[in-house]
Amino acid sequence: MTDITATDVANLIGELAPAPAAWVEAAQSLPALRASLDELVELCRSDLKVRARTLEDLERALGDAGVAPEPHVVRYVRLSLER
Amino acid sequence: MRDADVDALLVARCREGDADAWRELVERYSRYVYAIATRGFGLTGDEAEDVFQEAFTRAYLHLPGLRQDVALRPWLAQVTRRLAIDHIRSRAREQPEGTLELDAQEPKLAIEQIDAALDVHRAMATLPEHCHEILDRFFARDESYRTIAVALDVPMGTIASRIARCLDKLRTHLEGKNLHDSAVR
Repeated sequence: MTDITATDVANLIGELAPAPAAWVEAAQSLPALRASLDELVELCRSDLKVRARTLEDLERALGDAGVAPEPHVVRYVRLSLER
Repeated sequence: MRDADVDALLVARCREGDADAWRELVERYSRYVYAIATRGFGLTGDEAEDVFQEAFTRAYLHLPGLRQDVALRPWLAQVTRRLAIDHIRSRAREQPEGTLELDAQEPKLAIEQIDAALDVHRAMATLPEHCHEILDRFFARDESYRTIAVALDVPMGTIASRIARCLDKLRTHLEGKNLHDSAVR
């Protein structure tokens, strides 16, 4: 890039504001979430009926498994089972 | 080391189950994904958070199957872009007919511009720590001179000149770098 001005640089720095810290922490905690949900996901993968029932009402299925159905948990299980 | 090489190493460590590598990867790309959702597609609040979290969850789940030659950055940009467009389409379906802006699915800020911004931030990270910190606080975090002076324990009257010196150092560093020309307006 040639003839870049200080204003150009300042504008580009300003384009990347930090994401909210809580969002970043939630994304960073995925490995811990995976460890806590591995058993449920594996069970769903090995039994199509359980998988279908779980996907039908994810929040209830998680509640039944003793897992708080928070949005990031629901998202993780849904995406894991869709793969 | 090139950015793509740093990414490849991080991805390899993530594949081995290294949670610290995943934390680093999220840290490395959180602003980028956030900018695509918010600056690129104008999403806010819950919609922006959904796209942000879903992009990283997809990345986490797909890393083991990601081909070695697939660059992480464009892949993540594409996933985030698709998710943002899905949100906009879904919102449009709930609106009365005719009220959707025709260009709502086009990025409001070009992805190339966000890519260039990421390049600048990475170049900024090579500056001395005090420069990185002051430029980030002022331009990206939008902090006032007063807040910066207190946080860095320096006289408020010196903030403007420090920013100018650091900005010039960064500009000099960036000259000749291959950033996307269209990113410079």
